[in-house]
Amino acid sequence: MTATTHPLPENYLNTAYGWRSWLLTTDHKRVALLYLISITLFFFLGGFFALLIRLELLTPAGDFVQAETYNKLFTMHGLIMIFFFLIPSIPSVLGNFLIPLMIGARDLAFPRVNLLSWYIYVIGGTFTLTAIVTGGVDTGWTFYTPYSSTYANSNVILTALGVFITGFSSILTGLNFIVTIHKMRAPGMVWFRLPLFVWAHYATSIIMILGTPVLAISIALIGIERIFHVGIFDPAIGGDPLLFQHLFWFYSHPAVYIMVLPAMGVVSELITCFSRKRIFGYSFIAFSSIAIAVLGFLVWGHHMFVSGQSPFAGVAFSMLSFLVAIPSGIKVFNWMATLYKGSISYDAPMLYALGFIGLFTIGGLTGLFLATLAVDVHMHDTYFVIAHFHYIMVGGAVMAYFGGIHFWWPKITGRLYPEGWARLAALVVFVGFNLTFFPQFLLGYLGMPRRYHAYPEEFQVWNVMSTAGASILGIGYLIPMIYLLWSLRYGRAAPSNPWDARGLEWQTASPPPTDNFETTPVVSNDPYDYGAPEKSERRAGEVAIV
Amino acid sequence: MAHRKSLNDAPERLPLSESRALAHQFDDSLQQRDAATFGFWIFLTTEIMFFGGLFAGYVVYRNIYTDAFAEASRHLDIFWGTVNTAVLLFSSLTMALAVQSAQLGKQMRLVALLASTFLLGSVFLVIKFSEYAEKFREHLVPGISFALSGPHAAHAQIFFVLYFVMTGLHALHMIVGLVLIAVLIVMALTDSFSPEYHTPVETIGLYWHFVDVVWVFLFPILYLVDRSS
Amino acid sequence: MTNGLPFLPDRASTVALHVDYLIGFLLAVTVILAGTIFVLILYFAIRYRRRRHSAVQIENNLSLEILWSVIPLGLTAVMFLWGAKLFMQNHQPPPNAESIYVVGKQWMWTIEHAEGRREIDQLHVPAGKPIRLILASQDVIHDFFIPAFRVKQDVVPGRYSTLWFEATKTGEFHLFCSQYCGTQHSAMIGKVIVMTPADFQVWLGGSRDESPAKAGAQLFQDFSCANCHEPGPRQRGPNLSGVFGKPVRLASGETAVFDEAYMHESIVAPGAKVVDGYRPIMPSFREQLTEDEIMDLIAYVRSLSSEGTKQ
Repeated sequence: MTATTHPLPENYLNTAYGWRSWLLTTDHKRVALLYLISITLFFFLGGFFALLIRLELLTPAGDFVQAETYNKLFTMHGLIMIFFFLIPSIPSVLGNFLIPLMIGARDLAFPRVNLLSWYIYVIGGTFTLTAIVTGGVDTGWTFYTPYSSTYANSNVILTALGVFITGFSSILTGLNFIVTIHKMRAPGMVWFRLPLFVWAHYATSIIMILGTPVLAISIALIGIERIFHVGIFDPAIGGDPLLFQHLFWFYSHPAVYIMVLPAMGVVSELITCFSRKRIFGYSFIAFSSIAIAVLGFLVWGHHMFVSGQSPFAGVAFSMLSFLVAIPSGIKVFNWMATLYKGSISYDAPMLYALGFIGLFTIGGLTGLFLATLAVDVHMHDTYFVIAHFHYIMVGGAVMAYFGGIHFWWPKITGRLYPEGWARLAALVVFVGFNLTFFPQFLLGYLGMPRRYHAYPEEFQVWNVMSTAGASILGIGYLIPMIYLLWSLRYGRAAPSNPWDARGLEWQTASPPPTDNFETTPVVSNDPYDYGAPEKSERRAGEVAIV
Repeated sequence: MAHRKSLNDAPERLPLSESRALAHQFDDSLQQRDAATFGFWIFLTTEIMFFGGLFAGYVVYRNIYTDAFAEASRHLDIFWGTVNTAVLLFSSLTMALAVQSAQLGKQMRLVALLASTFLLGSVFLVIKFSEYAEKFREHLVPGISFALSGPHAAHAQIFFVLYFVMTGLHALHMIVGLVLIAVLIVMALTDSFSPEYHTPVETIGLYWHFVDVVWVFLFPILYLVDRSS
Repeated sequence: MTNGLPFLPDRASTVALHVDYLIGFLLAVTVILAGTIFVLILYFAIRYRRRRHSAVQIENNLSLEILWSVIPLGLTAVMFLWGAKLFMQNHQPPPNAESIYVVGKQWMWTIEHAEGRREIDQLHVPAGKPIRLILASQDVIHDFFIPAFRVKQDVVPGRYSTLWFEATKTGEFHLFCSQYCGTQHSAMIGKVIVMTPADFQVWLGGSRDESPAKAGAQLFQDFSCANCHEPGPRQRGPNLSGVFGKPVRLASGETAVFDEAYMHESIVAPGAKVVDGYRPIMPSFREQLTEDEIMDLIAYVRSLSSEGTKQ
């Protein structure tokens, strides 16, 4: 079982022990692991709330929990999954770990700021958890005024404070990434040799630094309005509740791209490696990330087609929303072209990546329904919307996150996970996911509104199916939890490049030393150099896994 | 050129500040300074977006409630507002000179200029808070003590909410700036800066100018809405 | 109502079929595109599997890139234009639409017909006649959603929203609040009952409720509105007969249309748009009047204008 008899060379994990060496670390790899642990906790907490939601919806009557409890459940599910899992997931764990390795740097530009951003995240999370424990919050994750600012009787201020604080963690991460990508690249690592994962994170960081402050200020205004009972969204003094929606979606629509752009970056890495192909249309994929980041800021009004905003504004936002579809489509088509005539293997990360392409395609195409004005009037705020964004966020972002965790697990931990179990889990997740969310498209078309604690009987059959799927999905997420933890102790030691991948991060040891590279690498080829003849000396003595 | 010359003035200081300042992730101090300055500009971008949300709200309501905003604006004290603008602009000048002194390695001048910037910033805050107190006496603080009569009372409240939030956020930035300048003064007194290493003075200088520029926008949109009529 | 697996919602308004055609088009595009991609993924995964195939490097193809940018652009342009056209058409109520007043409050809908019949969480309407709903909220944002009609409109406090439809078949259909509005959000549901015009007339006649205009006239008296708003030596505000639906000149020099929204604003925030020639002396009645009462007052003032045109 043990792969090595002699101790491992010094790496970032065994260089120091004790809680201080972790809680005061400035090593981007250790900070990434701190994030990994805290994010996983939030993921399962948010998932637990989702489970309770699905249990309530098993029957039409609101009989499992009370209406008030149900409203808190979906609110906290949304808040935790969005602000404390999805937004930080890929950037703060994989991005944090990999960006310096991928560009040949010893660390991020501001390692202490990086640690600070984790602490801010934890403090924000603590506030939100406190709000949950002391009674919860029931405004919906969207905090719409005047319900949130005047009428709700739950812990709005504490929760809003948690989200507000966590926003700064996101801002600091984005700032750190941008500066790192600009200023810390190794010699020869020119912009067009950057892995697409890095391009995607660059685009994501732009959204983080430009969008998050606007969310922060809108949340702060809600707090002010609640505390002083007067504010600028208050219709009682002529304030406009729709202004809040504009400010909120100005961030929260681009936030969707914070979740999915890094996922697309992960998928580009996986597809190339497991089909042994250079990426097709590198610059198109790279620039489509930037295009999505920019256009993403111009489409927020499509959340407000029936809110009472001017119908002409609706038309403009509808048109711009369709434009965002084009760069997303370009990515999918380029991935397909990359698969074409490849040499494809079905390792677990690849299964997640292929799952991502399929599910993201459905999520994207159903997004077109919602961008179409006359159709959105019917679909808005129904389960169709729920299904659509879960296809993007769970089918897209979470699939890619799991794919990425598996792909880089050997690099992060120095251990190999059991491949068979991993493939099984990927399939269970795929089946469970579709069974959970596909029926919700039909529910939405039939007219079932979202955030309903009880519903008319004719909707039951699809809800039962969805709940059944959710339990399968839950199992699918628990399996990796078990074997990944198992692999930490019992997994075979990973070679430095188990997948025979070409990125810079695979050219250092697994796990990497604290300074990432023995000597600063000099880059002379692109990250998807799969066409080049295999450099066998690099892999001498390493065992490729099947 | 000044840079070069001063380098000759204090050649023995060079290795000390190099070693003190260079973090392990950087190859040289040039890369480090570049990264710090660039990072700071990115930070200022987020600050712009932070205030941007409030400015957007202001523009919306100013357009809907033009008359109410004009009337409410006349309750602000234009004299002290103007004085404060002058104070702040002057503090930007002393800050700019402070940065120049750091570049030239003139420590005592640096300390003196930082101290005057600190003083001017404090004067601004004193005036600002006395204005707040005045508003409180006039019952123009929404949510705490607001009693304005007349047809525009409700919408004037929105103006005052914006006034307090925007100037309050600005004042908060001023307070943060003063703390940072105090740290700079201590660092300057302990000889931490040299012509080669003075990035903190430069970045905090940038920050101070940014806070100043925000006020240059706040002053006209809050104090000068309808002074011509 | 349905047996087996429900796939299609009821279709009971003039716009429903048009919306469904558009959905059908979108569905066809989705199925074709997603289907192609799934088939290709499966095909590639099998055809080019590691054991049988070693990779052939192909990196760029500009014409392909252009092709798969332009074709989706064309498809989305069709979706956009079709959707926007239908949306704008559905936005404008026909001029002969009958008005019904709806107020949403946590957690019920109160509905008031012009002839005076009032109902809660039920909306009776005649088939084959365009109906225009004027919606207000007493508290938070609600949303009036009738899936069978494919219509939906947020009801935002502080402003009037409108929504129109023409029912095409009789029966009972769901009415949902689809904007989250608090604890009993999922109980803020009701029924839309579509009747034949004849049955509807009978139903309307079965009421002994006061008509909104009459109730409004009473309120007009109770709150002494006439003191200022009726012609005479003490008149200090604009005369309200014959003005509804017409433009008024404001003191600011601008023009506003004297409609529901204008009147609502003038009652709750009278200083906002003062009629030219009058001083801004009217106090706000926000605290004294509920949204239902304001709607009654509007119905009364509106009746002053329709009488005016008949004479």
